[in-house]
Amino acid sequence: MRDVAVIGVAMIKFGRYPEKTVPELAAQAAILALKDAGIEMNQVELVASGNLYQSNAMVGQRILQIIGQTGVPVINVANACATGSTAFREAYMSVASGAYDVAMAIGSEQMGKMGLLGGGAGGGDPAYSTEGVLGSGLMPAVFGMAGVEHMRKYGTTLEQFARVSVKNHKHSMHNPYSQYQTEVGLEEVLNARMVGWPNTLYMCCPTGDGAAAAIVCSMEKARQFTTKPIRVAASVLTSDPWTQRDLTMPDINTLTRNAAKEAYEKAGIGPQDINLIELHDCFATAELLHYENLGICAEGEAGRMIDEGVTAIGGKVPVNASGGLLSKGHPLGATGVANVCEVVWHLRGEAGNRQVEGAKVGLAHVIGLGSACTIQVLEKV
Amino acid sequence: MADAPAAEKQQKAIVPFLKIPANPAEKPYLQGSRCKKCGATYLGSRMACSKCFSTDAMDDVKLSDRGELHVFSIVHQSVPGVPTPYVAAIVDLPEGVSVRCNISGVEPDPKNLKFGMPVQFVAEKIRTDREGNDVIAFSFKPV
Ligand SMILES: [Zn+2]
Repeated sequence: MRDVAVIGVAMIKFGRYPEKTVPELAAQAAILALKDAGIEMNQVELVASGNLYQSNAMVGQRILQIIGQTGVPVINVANACATGSTAFREAYMSVASGAYDVAMAIGSEQMGKMGLLGGGAGGGDPAYSTEGVLGSGLMPAVFGMAGVEHMRKYGTTLEQFARVSVKNHKHSMHNPYSQYQTEVGLEEVLNARMVGWPNTLYMCCPTGDGAAAAIVCSMEKARQFTTKPIRVAASVLTSDPWTQRDLTMPDINTLTRNAAKEAYEKAGIGPQDINLIELHDCFATAELLHYENLGICAEGEAGRMIDEGVTAIGGKVPVNASGGLLSKGHPLGATGVANVCEVVWHLRGEAGNRQVEGAKVGLAHVIGLGSACTIQVLEKV
Repeated sequence: MADAPAAEKQQKAIVPFLKIPANPAEKPYLQGSRCKKCGATYLGSRMACSKCFSTDAMDDVKLSDRGELHVFSIVHQSVPGVPTPYVAAIVDLPEGVSVRCNISGVEPDPKNLKFGMPVQFVAEKIRTDREGNDVIAFSFKPV
């Protein structure tokens, strides 16, 4: 495998765009990324398009039908919430393998108002629907229970989980791409409408539409296009291994730990070398678990870490400087590519008022339930 | 063509791993299967073992009707038509199997629920399906 660099990134502000089609949203991001890289569409040799809800609708090709029908290979990727980040990894792999020199990952999604509740009766007789009868498969409860397991093990408090929301919303104030840029206080978070205990409304990511794109290139050629190539030090994808409860209660920890271990090995670094992290805070309860899963604190220390502000901008390891999914929104196919954009901006020193000063190494993490985990480690060269 | 005679109303399980014995004197129970090679135990029947990859036929296991509460959430916002709030939980059974279920028989408030508390399996009719059959589901209630 050879060295790969990110040479162009872009995203559109996440929000609601009911008047646009998915390929239109994606095309906007793709054109901006091409401009950012300073290349034309005919220099892109492969496109990986991540979209979940239209995964049967050839979104990648429809994007090219807008921005340039160059006839190159197009791969349409679906991998739950890890859809965009898996598309990024496909683009990365195609270049790292030596098969192509320049590839583009585009992530897009239009969520409408369907939200992250998911579930429902499906096609058959609704009398056999299990939601609310055999527990819950709804995301607020699933990620709620994952947090409750941490509570059980370590005594993590409701306030500590709520503080994740306070921190990420505060970060979002400086991110013009974020769907919400509103500060919320601890009491406000705790007293907000309960969705799935212990996650209140402000502890659940909002629903919205969005698109993001990233262009990768062999490191050899990258300097032709940019003076600030960002090296992909690791791009890892794992699935859920067998663990005791995984088939009943999705285990979001083990596959993240496996991915982190592999990513650190590949990048030749440890968690202490990471300057900023964009991780999968689909619900506030999830973020704390991943501090330990990614090894940025010891087992059971995540609650203390949020209390002490270690993961706030200005702290030792800022987490979700973008505002996280809790503020930025979580258009599934776009999320993992947008995370890469955010990390790249920080490593280039282009993140404006939310800039993590002196950032040299950043990590982007995504979980797709069912389950998939991606980790990208990016490095300033 | 004459109408077919109305089928006898049946009791039907909401999921295949809930077994309803034909003999009404026997109680419904949860069925599991255990890998002969590594001992991993699963809810329901399996084609292969996802822990050790064995494809040998598994042993059928009648799972215990007592377990303990591992974790829970209280769902306040659900899909249309599902009454809220409800306690969604994961219950661990002594066979090494976990079950996703509702906790019944308590007000849905975190103060009524304790990690590790013993819970009892309960099966009951919850609905009638389109063909008029009784739909049988299960929950666990604090002992
Ligand atoms: Zn086995």
